[in-house]
Amino acid sequence: MSQPVATSAPTRPAARPPAHPTSTKPYKYSLADRLYLPLLRGMMVTARHFFKNLVKSKYTISYPEERRPYSGRYRGHHILTTRPDGSVRCVACFLCSTNCPAECIHIEAGEQPDVNIEKYPVVYEIDMLRCVFCGYCVDACPEEAIIMSRNTDMAYFNRDQSIVGKDQLMKPFTVDPERLGYRPYYPEEDRQRAQMRREAFDLVSAAKGNP
Amino acid sequence: MPTLAPPEPLLEKHRGSITPQDGLDQPCWIVDRKALREVCQDLRTNPETRFDLLLECFGMDYPERDPRFEAVYHLYSIPHGKRLRLKVPLPEDDPSLPSVLPVWKAADWFEREMWDHFGFRAEGHPDLRRILCHEAFQGHPLRKDYDAARRWICTEKDIYKPKFDVPPQQDDMFERMTINIGPSHPAMHGTFRLTAVLDGEVIVASDIEIGYLHRCFDKMAETHTWNQVIPYTDRLNYCSAMINNVGYCRVVEKMLGIEAPPKAVWARTILSEFSRIMDHCVCNGTTLVDCGGITNFWYMFQPREEIYGLLEACFGSRLTISGCRIGGLLADLPPDFMERSRRLLEIIPPFINDMEALVDHNRIWLDRAVGIAAISGEDAVNWGWTGPCLRASGVGYDVRKAFPYDLYDTVDFEVPVFHGGDVHDRYRVRMAEIRQSLRIIEQLLDRGMPGGPHIVDDPHVALPPKDKAYNQMEAMIYHFKLIMDGIQVPAGERYGMVEGGNGELGFYCVSDGSAKPYRVRVRPPCFPIFSTFNQLVLGHTVSDAVISLGGLNVIAGELER
Repeated sequence: MSQPVATSAPTRPAARPPAHPTSTKPYKYSLADRLYLPLLRGMMVTARHFFKNLVKSKYTISYPEERRPYSGRYRGHHILTTRPDGSVRCVACFLCSTNCPAECIHIEAGEQPDVNIEKYPVVYEIDMLRCVFCGYCVDACPEEAIIMSRNTDMAYFNRDQSIVGKDQLMKPFTVDPERLGYRPYYPEEDRQRAQMRREAFDLVSAAKGNP
Repeated sequence: MPTLAPPEPLLEKHRGSITPQDGLDQPCWIVDRKALREVCQDLRTNPETRFDLLLECFGMDYPERDPRFEAVYHLYSIPHGKRLRLKVPLPEDDPSLPSVLPVWKAADWFEREMWDHFGFRAEGHPDLRRILCHEAFQGHPLRKDYDAARRWICTEKDIYKPKFDVPPQQDDMFERMTINIGPSHPAMHGTFRLTAVLDGEVIVASDIEIGYLHRCFDKMAETHTWNQVIPYTDRLNYCSAMINNVGYCRVVEKMLGIEAPPKAVWARTILSEFSRIMDHCVCNGTTLVDCGGITNFWYMFQPREEIYGLLEACFGSRLTISGCRIGGLLADLPPDFMERSRRLLEIIPPFINDMEALVDHNRIWLDRAVGIAAISGEDAVNWGWTGPCLRASGVGYDVRKAFPYDLYDTVDFEVPVFHGGDVHDRYRVRMAEIRQSLRIIEQLLDRGMPGGPHIVDDPHVALPPKDKAYNQMEAMIYHFKLIMDGIQVPAGERYGMVEGGNGELGFYCVSDGSAKPYRVRVRPPCFPIFSTFNQLVLGHTVSDAVISLGGLNVIAGELER
């Protein structure tokens, strides 16, 4: 409104000067403004962009044929990693479902015959419609059993399909090394630490007697 | 321990009804509810105190205490730069208190929210209705005995009925018409509903309904651990998620008595400023779309896209980044952080220049924006405004200058202030702030990235590095303990604020020493700003109302929490 809103301070003593401006000073038009002259400058800007876009490639990309390159930290569709023998690495410790702020992970644990592993998830489900892709499950996992991919193509025909189970989380399409996302180690990280981790896992598998 | 002794005349007048208390972070007075309005009136008018800004008021529930409830008021004095917290104890059987609406207009919506969430009746409030919850909602969700899993069936039958004072029809007026805009309308940003009574094309009365995006952040925070709240803070002001993360993490770090390492502080400052640029880009871009200038939108969204690229490279997500952790950052910065940030500093200014060449002094824009939804500085403070909208009205309050946090006291920047108080000056303030943000980032990048870790090395706060968690027993135990039990924040309360995209973004956290927050209260900057909307659009046309809304930069995620 052009009139300032009425103040509500009737008890304010009148003598003291107000600290805050009680009126507004709107922008004053210059002569050039009134003659619409600055529009010419704007037209030059749009014309410049127009001709630049004719010769140079446009900024827009034709999704989904073209995609923006995402970093190796991208938090996309989850992956359940596997051991060399193809079994799921998860030991059903429930840390991920405890740490999940969206409460979207459902695990049912079962007993493993291998005494070194003890437990495995009979059911491991993530409700992709509840998931907020914060990566807290990856932070929580002590086994590197859950990591994330750069895959964002998630479309479902109904809500039941959005609850994805072990089979979908272990699908090979998600473990393309070029499309791995958020995980405890990034490719740019120190190779020595990665080596250390591999050795640690080799020790475990050696202890189990199935190298 | 900061304390604030009540000035002599005030103490004399209200003997027995004010009890100063030592606050952990700011002075705190316990005020008897009978004297509340008079105390507030005196605090506002007394030249020694002059608490002219009511930041927020909200409720607290302590079921084991007597009296059970507490209303908390956060006051700020812009001339003196002082803060004060008022606590008003309220008994369980009659939680009513006098309305402070005659003292500060900002109390209007906050008191309605207090009624909605806690059932505190503000006596004398003219329009005490639910504001965030549906009209058919039963009970008061933020009371501790309210079950967070409770569901209600809310139907159209009990839908919000607009309420406004329609001025009497006069002979020279046109035919009256009542129209409804939104909530599913692009001009209302998808979640607000404006009902306006028109005289011809001019709005003579209007009422705004909010709450379509309300998800009770406060209650959600109470049912999660301190660390799990961070993804929820992303969704407050989703245009600048990093600032929300920083604001929340800083408060919890203060409560824990830890400091984020220099690298994290440095990165937080830079990424907060990039987020501020994005926030202003979105606001100015969409405001101009609302009045037909879509070209600017493209120019503004291109730098934004590049900033999202940087955030994604740092934290793995674009919009809701969850980039901070209590005690530091989610992950170490990528090796090409410096180059990417430098490149952004080269990319952004040409777009800002293009935007200014297109819009500044463009008479089509000036005719639409100058004098629209104007508010004077005095009124804006009275309504509880902060941030760019307040600075457009001539009051230069900026948290980064008044209460410097992170690295803001070590960098050189200005707080742009304009005096028009209208849509046009809000636009100009934001454009000027983008340039100041670029200045801050440039100075910080010139200093170079500090070495060291990205998160504190404290196993009670931050998860140990994964290679340790895999290989060392002790680290493994800390890892399990931290996730199963959460961070143990010492009991106490603390208010911390950062300068968000829309103004002072405050987090008031209360801990009872357990793994979950007792209460996390957000001071949403656009809540008091938007409460002024009905008054701002009076006498303007419907098309002006649309750009006024754009110029205020109301973000539904933050407004409705």
